[in-house]
Amino acid sequence: MTDNLSNHNILHKPNWCPGCGNFGILSALKKAFEKLSLPSHKILLVEGIGCHGHMVNFIETNHFEGLHGRPLAVAQGAKLANHDLNVFVISGDGDFLGEGGNHFLHALRRNINLTCLLFNNQRYSLTTGQASPTTEKGDKTKTSPQGLIEEPLNPVALAIANGGTFAARSFSGDILHLTDIIIKAHQHEGLAIVDILQPCISFNKLNTVEYFRKRLYKLEEISNYQADNRLEAYERALEWGDKIPIGVFYRKEKQTYENALLTLTEGPLVSRPLGGIDLEGVLKEYR
Amino acid sequence: MSAQFFKVEPSKSSSVDFTWKIGGEAGWGIKSAGLNLSKAFVRGGYHVFSYDEYPSLVRGGHNCYQARISSEKVRSQVLDVDILVALNKETFDLHISELKPHAAVIYDGRHFNLVDPTDKKLRLINIPLREIIKKHEAMEIMMNNVALGATIALVDYDFDILAGIISDQFANKGEEIIKQNIKVARAGYDHFKKNYPSVKLLSLTPLPPLPHPHQDSRLLLTGNEAIALGAVSGGVKFFPAYPMTPASSILHSLAEWAQELGLVVVQTEDEISAVNMAIGGAYSGVRTVTATSGGGFCLMTEGLGLAGMTETPLVIVNAQRPGPATGVPTWTEQGDLRFTLHAHQGTFPRVIAAPGDVAEAFEVTINALNLAEKYQLPVIILTDKLLSESHESTEVFDYQGVKIERGKIHKESQSDSSKYGRYAFTKDGISPRAFPGTANITVRANSDEHDEFGFSTEDSKIRIAMMNKRQMKLKHLDKELPQPRLYGPPQAPLTVVGWGTTKGPILEAQKMLTAAGIPTNFLHFVYLTPFPLETVTKVLNQSKKILDVEGNFDAALAGLIREKTGIEIKEKLLKYDGRPFYPSEIVNRVKSLV
Repeated sequence: MTDNLSNHNILHKPNWCPGCGNFGILSALKKAFEKLSLPSHKILLVEGIGCHGHMVNFIETNHFEGLHGRPLAVAQGAKLANHDLNVFVISGDGDFLGEGGNHFLHALRRNINLTCLLFNNQRYSLTTGQASPTTEKGDKTKTSPQGLIEEPLNPVALAIANGGTFAARSFSGDILHLTDIIIKAHQHEGLAIVDILQPCISFNKLNTVEYFRKRLYKLEEISNYQADNRLEAYERALEWGDKIPIGVFYRKEKQTYENALLTLTEGPLVSRPLGGIDLEGVLKEYR
Repeated sequence: MSAQFFKVEPSKSSSVDFTWKIGGEAGWGIKSAGLNLSKAFVRGGYHVFSYDEYPSLVRGGHNCYQARISSEKVRSQVLDVDILVALNKETFDLHISELKPHAAVIYDGRHFNLVDPTDKKLRLINIPLREIIKKHEAMEIMMNNVALGATIALVDYDFDILAGIISDQFANKGEEIIKQNIKVARAGYDHFKKNYPSVKLLSLTPLPPLPHPHQDSRLLLTGNEAIALGAVSGGVKFFPAYPMTPASSILHSLAEWAQELGLVVVQTEDEISAVNMAIGGAYSGVRTVTATSGGGFCLMTEGLGLAGMTETPLVIVNAQRPGPATGVPTWTEQGDLRFTLHAHQGTFPRVIAAPGDVAEAFEVTINALNLAEKYQLPVIILTDKLLSESHESTEVFDYQGVKIERGKIHKESQSDSSKYGRYAFTKDGISPRAFPGTANITVRANSDEHDEFGFSTEDSKIRIAMMNKRQMKLKHLDKELPQPRLYGPPQAPLTVVGWGTTKGPILEAQKMLTAAGIPTNFLHFVYLTPFPLETVTKVLNQSKKILDVEGNFDAALAGLIREKTGIEIKEKLLKYDGRPFYPSEIVNRVKSLV
């Protein structure tokens, strides 16, 4: 690495609540960058708005912290403009599945080479604990004082069911596992979705560290689980109760959007000269 | 039938100026027929302005297309029609009031009967369109070409030019299709010559070739096509957009050219995605544009402020149509000026430019791209259906002479390790941009209020400094912003004020008024914000009488002028029925005032 910024550390100290799962995710992310030997200037993190969005201040890479729900849209644009960048989408359950749900569905259709990290604490925590699209049914929050009526969305199952080419889940409390999953997600050529289960110590009294420790099991430890069978993966993805699987559910090689564009075979758009375009061919139509 | 020669528009003896109109059901190829006839005259050296009307549906419903053809530059549609091709009875009934005395009506007498219910002495020209199609075993849609052939005969023009247009149109469909289309057009031509030998509206010959460098003939194109050409000439490589009438044809053109010109064109899931993708692409360092209409611009407003806050160059085309909500989707209005001026919460600098014609659409697009990058802010190009979709003949753009100005860019060689601050304070408020991927630095863009390095902050002093820095950019931009233009003598007894696409009808009206001995001048706004205070104050303070002409309900420009200058414009000519202004409407109003 020739990059003098490559330790990814900066002076700003994270201001998340002590004990927040985000600390584990930040550590795993830094470890993954080191193991992948990615220099800071070649990494772009695109954040949405939520507790996860503060990541813009805590790690030395390129950043675009945009609007709530939109990191995936910004990230796709940034990647298509310069596909040499390693682009990570930093998003949350409200950001990715609530405000930005539509972008998620259509990003699955495109399969642009991005790594999406979904910080899933099953709450809108930055806004002090309202229910989110992944809050469990019956859970009591500020906006569901009688218990939530809606069913939670399942991002892993959604991805598998809608053409996603990489769907995984990990846990902020298992940094080694999470690091490994982030690396695998990054190495996948195409859109990678990583659902990161994360306790919110301030606003989620149900899905605590203990809750997850009791229930989580690793797909890697299931013999013969190959992550190449869509139906089997879908079935595993739906498992949520006494047992909750983590690991890579599904992985499929498929042409990326960038690779399908002949225009991009000549290198990133950003490296093209701006002027001197020849329009004679195009103008024929208007004569 | 006795021979009756007459001048269609008795202005100058040598000049030609007539309007041809074709109407029928949606799905009958009305637009394509109109375009072919327009092109045939542009190739012969004539000027054309073509305007079409169609409902928001694909089949059935009434469609019409009108081409005004002239030996001099024409800028607008007019109400009076010289030749009407009525593919059905409805067309005749709907447009009868527009027909001039002695106008010609081409129709298929075996399809419906026509009698002239007017005292205009119309020339009813019965051409068996459908029978000719049947005889040549051609498709019904080709009856347009029969009518085009008859039209060419009626004005005694060169049939071979039309044949050439048809050949080019079907170049990809093979020799058979070309031959058949030309054959039916020729049959229409011959039928007219044989059966109406004494009727001749005009005798048109192709005009001498244009002087260099325009010897390849002029272009005939829409405002949307001019914007698309301006975009690629100005270095745009990335275009994410969601389809919406009347902006969609920008997306169509760029998608069509993507491979040849090396563009990435993405049809997004919605306008929110389009604007955010454009911002992502611009942050990465690529020139981007997106385009929509008012309803889509509603969704883009969040992105507008994101570009403002993150100081990301962004160009949005808002091709207006009558709102609110779905409104009148395929018609025209200038109803979004106030909306685009104020869209998004808070305060940030922006530029709004409303080109008045096809040539301005090309220039404004290039300038918008330069301003967006030099000043790192959003620029909105405001057009409307009239400009977006009407065809205008124009001189070939000097696309090779386009000047591309990217503003301050942090170069890799200067990289003083990690001290790069994306929002560094500078004298003019403009911080050098760097693109992600630049060695030894990172680029931190932040939608939260931020410090010089892009770190989030809620510090009161930094907040004030950053607001001031962003707004300061406008002071410098103001100096290079093109000013409103005054057309006509400065001392005229009446000043017409307008913005964007009313330019064409107003200039046409001005010409007609001058001929009638009524001099006027016309203050035309292209750039609306930052507001050109000095120029406007100077011009309007000298005006003896002012008439505001706008295609909206609330006289948005008059309101803006009053807000900025204190000058109240009392006389207003406003139109919000979805139809564009006709020069005669402006002439009548001016005559009532002077």
